[in-house]
Amino acid sequence: MLIGHQPKDFLLAVEALTVSFDGFKAVNDLSFYVEENEIRVIIGPNGAGKTTVLDLICGKTKATSGSIQFRGKELTRLKENEIVQAGVGRKFQTPSVFEDLTVFENLEISYPRGRTVFGSLTFQRDAAVKERVEEVAEMIFLKDRLNTYADELSHGQKQWLEIGMLLIQNPDLLMLDEPVAGMSVSERAKTAELLNRIIKDRSVLVIEHDMKFVEDIAHKVTVLHQGQILSEGTMEKVKTDPKVIEVYLGH
Amino acid sequence: MIINSRFFNRSELIGFVSLLLLLVIILPLALDVFRLNLVAKYLTYAFVAIGLVMCWGYGGILSLGQGVFFGLGGYCMAMFLKLEASSVENTKIQSTPGIPDFMDWNQLTALPFFWKPFHSFPFTLAAIILVPGIFALIVGAAMFKRRVGGVYFAIITQAIAAILGILIIGQQGYTGGVNGITDLRTLLGWDIRTDHAKYILYFVEVALLFGCIIIAQFIRLTKLGRILVAMREQEDRVRFSGYSVANFKIFAFCAAAVFAAIGGAMFTLEVGFMSPSFVGIVPSIEMVIYTAVGGRMSIFGAIYGTILVNFAKTSLSETFPQLWLFGLGALFIAVVLAFPNGLAGIWGDYVQPRIDRLLASRGPKAGNGLVANGAPAE
Repeated sequence: MLIGHQPKDFLLAVEALTVSFDGFKAVNDLSFYVEENEIRVIIGPNGAGKTTVLDLICGKTKATSGSIQFRGKELTRLKENEIVQAGVGRKFQTPSVFEDLTVFENLEISYPRGRTVFGSLTFQRDAAVKERVEEVAEMIFLKDRLNTYADELSHGQKQWLEIGMLLIQNPDLLMLDEPVAGMSVSERAKTAELLNRIIKDRSVLVIEHDMKFVEDIAHKVTVLHQGQILSEGTMEKVKTDPKVIEVYLGH
Repeated sequence: MIINSRFFNRSELIGFVSLLLLLVIILPLALDVFRLNLVAKYLTYAFVAIGLVMCWGYGGILSLGQGVFFGLGGYCMAMFLKLEASSVENTKIQSTPGIPDFMDWNQLTALPFFWKPFHSFPFTLAAIILVPGIFALIVGAAMFKRRVGGVYFAIITQAIAAILGILIIGQQGYTGGVNGITDLRTLLGWDIRTDHAKYILYFVEVALLFGCIIIAQFIRLTKLGRILVAMREQEDRVRFSGYSVANFKIFAFCAAAVFAAIGGAMFTLEVGFMSPSFVGIVPSIEMVIYTAVGGRMSIFGAIYGTILVNFAKTSLSETFPQLWLFGLGALFIAVVLAFPNGLAGIWGDYVQPRIDRLLASRGPKAGNGLVANGAPAE
């Protein structure tokens, strides 16, 4: 499609991606590329198809047509767990942690070892696992709550725990759906600090409404509108784009 | 918390030891052989209950068709015993000697091919595990790979129970029909109908039951056990943590099927026959109720629940036969509405804290009554 660009240069290459739900095209002929170590933020009005794009990449929703190449692998043909194993991690909008398990156990389940049935039967909680769990727990401000059941955590702590669960997977592409939504101001600041630390050495795809937060972290911003790209570029460029101001930033 | 590193936590240890005392010492001493044989019959359902705790309690997969696996295990054992009882000398008066009597009555003149391997005892033992295990694997793979779950899965398992029941009744010449496979006498020449044999079988069964308890507890304590719990709550999160959810569900379903089958095989030995009335919808639902009453989250709770409900069933249906089904229904409604975690939940919420307080106040330095994890080291 693009002359002079080989899809392999990119970590993630989404091309002509379309999904239609009973004729309604939630994502319509969408193409975008994410480079290694790039932080890309997707913004756009409600119903623009932002979450659907993440659903398509992680395999939760099957594409009607188009391709998603991740390190040369075609993700549209893989199952969800295979996509995770290929190196794509996904955080959901509402915190989805295992409330009947402790913080330690939540993190341990995400540790990338023993993911088959028999692997998990013979899985040993050895020093490497404990060390890594404690390391991540410290990063997500939950070090002294390792034995707390996740249902006793606050909303913000659950969000951090889920981010920690992704972190322990060590994905090459991290996808976050509104990571600071519903957080208090102080939690928001801590989360921004946390995200700034964990986005090193990997690419991140973030959906977020909080413009200040977006400005803080984004390398590049993609504005979606009705399943298509309205504008793409640096925050500066996007902010001054008259189309973007009209449909999204204006009100 | 040190509890995580131990095989049983304190309340589980109490459950284990008290069950061991009850089944190995108290009941054999207190009951005559007829009543003990009844307990043995109840305990065969406890195997099913352990499987349901794993599959339904931990994994959230409600199967209303455990009777299928109970029945398959039971029928495998019954086929072996029936062939042994149908030796040529024993069946001289039949028009075709050497085949089971019901086949002769149904004008069969040769043993059907799928009966033949059941002449071998090792084959039979393997079949008791493998036939239900593989059947559960096929059903589980067909359902879970397609993401059929919840109520739909429960309904399909119930339909399978109904189908198998109808199939067994319809194929009289091959299965013994509605009467089942009866008149079983010996196991490798050892008469299973004597009082002495009933005692021995009872203890074999109790040993197997504790074996299953330990296996179930082992599975629960591995990461697989925690993934089952995780899956029950947030299936998608497990999937997006890199696990194939379907494979874990299939495993839980197969394990539950194998436990049920061991119970079924023991049932045939203890009771001396196997019939479709233990396969269909009603027994399958009863098994779920035993588990729910005892507590679907607790292995020991489910076993006690099974024993108690069956005991109530026997005593009630001896006096008021028609009332029993209403009683069972009422019990189930009461459990669902008032005590969702069953007897084990009542124990954990009301009895255990009192014991803790009692132990704490007796302890050396019990300042306040809320010492939870300090004193009771014995």
